[in-house]
Amino acid sequence: MSQLGNIIKKELKELLTPATLLPIVIMAILFGSMGNVIGGIEEELSEKPVIGFINNDSGNLSKIATSIIEKYSEVVYNSTDLNDKENALKNIKEEEGLALIIISKNFSSDIKNDSPGKLEIYWIMAGAGILDSISSEVVQGIIYQINRELSMKLINNNSSINASIALSPTQRIDTTYLKNKEMKGISPGVVVGLFTSQSTLIPIVIMMIILMSGGMVISSMALEKENKTLETLLTLPVKRTSIVTGKIVASASIGLFMALIYMIGFGNYMQSFQMSGGLNLADYGLSLSTFDLILVGISLFVTLIAGLALSMLLGTFAKNYKSAQTLTFPITALALVPMFLTMFKDFDTLPISLKGLVYAIPFSHPMMAPRLLIFNDYATVISGIIYVSIFAIILISYIAWIFKTDKLLTGSTRNFKKIFTRKKN
Amino acid sequence: MSTVEINNLIKKYGSFEAVKGISFDINEGEIFGLIGPNGAGKTTTLRVVSTLLQINSGNIKILEYDLKTQPDKIRKIISYLPEDAGAYKTLTGRAYLKFIAKFFIEKNTNELINKGIEIADLGSRIDDKVDTYSKGMKRRLLVGRALMTKPKFAILDEPTSGLDVINAQEIRQIIKNFAQQGTTILLSSHNMLEVEYLCHRIALIDNGIIIEKGKPKDLMIKYKSNNIEEVFTKVVK
Repeated sequence: MSQLGNIIKKELKELLTPATLLPIVIMAILFGSMGNVIGGIEEELSEKPVIGFINNDSGNLSKIATSIIEKYSEVVYNSTDLNDKENALKNIKEEEGLALIIISKNFSSDIKNDSPGKLEIYWIMAGAGILDSISSEVVQGIIYQINRELSMKLINNNSSINASIALSPTQRIDTTYLKNKEMKGISPGVVVGLFTSQSTLIPIVIMMIILMSGGMVISSMALEKENKTLETLLTLPVKRTSIVTGKIVASASIGLFMALIYMIGFGNYMQSFQMSGGLNLADYGLSLSTFDLILVGISLFVTLIAGLALSMLLGTFAKNYKSAQTLTFPITALALVPMFLTMFKDFDTLPISLKGLVYAIPFSHPMMAPRLLIFNDYATVISGIIYVSIFAIILISYIAWIFKTDKLLTGSTRNFKKIFTRKKN
Repeated sequence: MSTVEINNLIKKYGSFEAVKGISFDINEGEIFGLIGPNGAGKTTTLRVVSTLLQINSGNIKILEYDLKTQPDKIRKIISYLPEDAGAYKTLTGRAYLKFIAKFFIEKNTNELINKGIEIADLGSRIDDKVDTYSKGMKRRLLVGRALMTKPKFAILDEPTSGLDVINAQEIRQIIKNFAQQGTTILLSSHNMLEVEYLCHRIALIDNGIIIEKGKPKDLMIKYKSNNIEEVFTKVVK
């Protein structure tokens, strides 16, 4: 037992290093922040939805509908005049409301005459992430409640209307507003479904490129040290920047090649879902122009360079191939956080603290770019490209500087010691 | 004429002073041995001279170049063979020599590669992957790599480490021949017989300080010793 204990003690000492623990702590903090976002959505669901309505019908059935709306939601706009529609939408947007419900002119009489009463619902979506459509579910619940109450009323009054109208007395006509786009005939759930099926590919592929290429750079640096080839390389007549660039370009090429293969496979997989859905974002004017695609390409390229530079910096700390495996963890974490966040929420709908975090992570930018460009948010995309480019240039310059100093070989921690000493003082 | 001039070199790792103000010079075509116990500062000195580590104080001149300000120029005329150096495992011996040769001349690298193959003397195994080489074969390849460029100044840390007697003898002869052809050599070794056989002059370093310097024969007379090993023991103790 003492021998086993001895081995366990040695293994624990080897495994529990600051390099292993720090990424786990960082991940816990990051996922904690993500948990707060999801927690915030739960709060949204438990609160009354902010909506407005225009009742254009004077019948008794529409009164049942409006009473339900007033009971289960916070009404910020209430009118009977259809001409107020634009004004109502403006007001609801200002109040960060979810929808405008218009009860059509002949709502009550239509139902009584065996036709469904029309409810026009104008949805106001803030983002196209999976979680951005959840709050609209509360409004859907209100519509369900209206239907239920009307059915009960009709059945209790022994009306002579046909059974199908009694069971489903209303007809929904959806129009969804997402940022500056109007999509007629579709609900927020459908919009999110379309975006999810078409934009899941991008964050996953970007994450794969970064992880594969980053891992290669870190391993390459670790192998140079482990195989004792680094010292020879550094005494050869070759510029330090050429060594750094050479490693980055080679890894980027292989990373892109692997991503291409992956993208073809995954693209075919996603295509099968689009065909079965029968809907396409382009049909609603939600597509990317050639210029947009070029911007996405530039964003991806600079991000890949920045990611590889970051990997290279981490690789300089690698002592051997084993330690390199641990060092890929921060890259994985930094790639996973924006991947999940951009899937679930739009950049615009994130809390300000998470917005800052997502923007600061270079890998977020090409993940967010396609959706931002669909809604003509060129400022965020171009500023992101500039930010990531500066990030990459600073990192590469810093690495080239490290290559010129002793730090690569001696792993000097003198500067860190200085910082801590100053802090204590 | 001095090829290498080292004046008052100080090298620190944080607050630890590994080399404490050493000075020596090496003439053209001379083999200069740096010997001392483990941790004396030999490898640190060799790493500084080969441009790997930065100088804290003092100065080093190699031919007309200053090491502090012109490391790129120096890298073109030197060659460094670290004690525990390795080669890229996925390459063949020939491909490795070609990879290195291309840093010195862009075209017509064949002459350099052939010289490297001749020194390494690995026969048909030169076209096998480095991964399949024995320790001795790897060392021969690395010696070939270090000398194929006919450097003006070669820094060799334990050049015959891992080699058997016959291979070590061959390598020593090659080193001697290079020095006769004008290559200046700074060599470190724990093998005192090797040092005695190869070096024109030696310096004994201990605790970062050069404690003795001179021709092997002169030092043996001075310390009334039969060989350098005895001199070493007497000086270090």
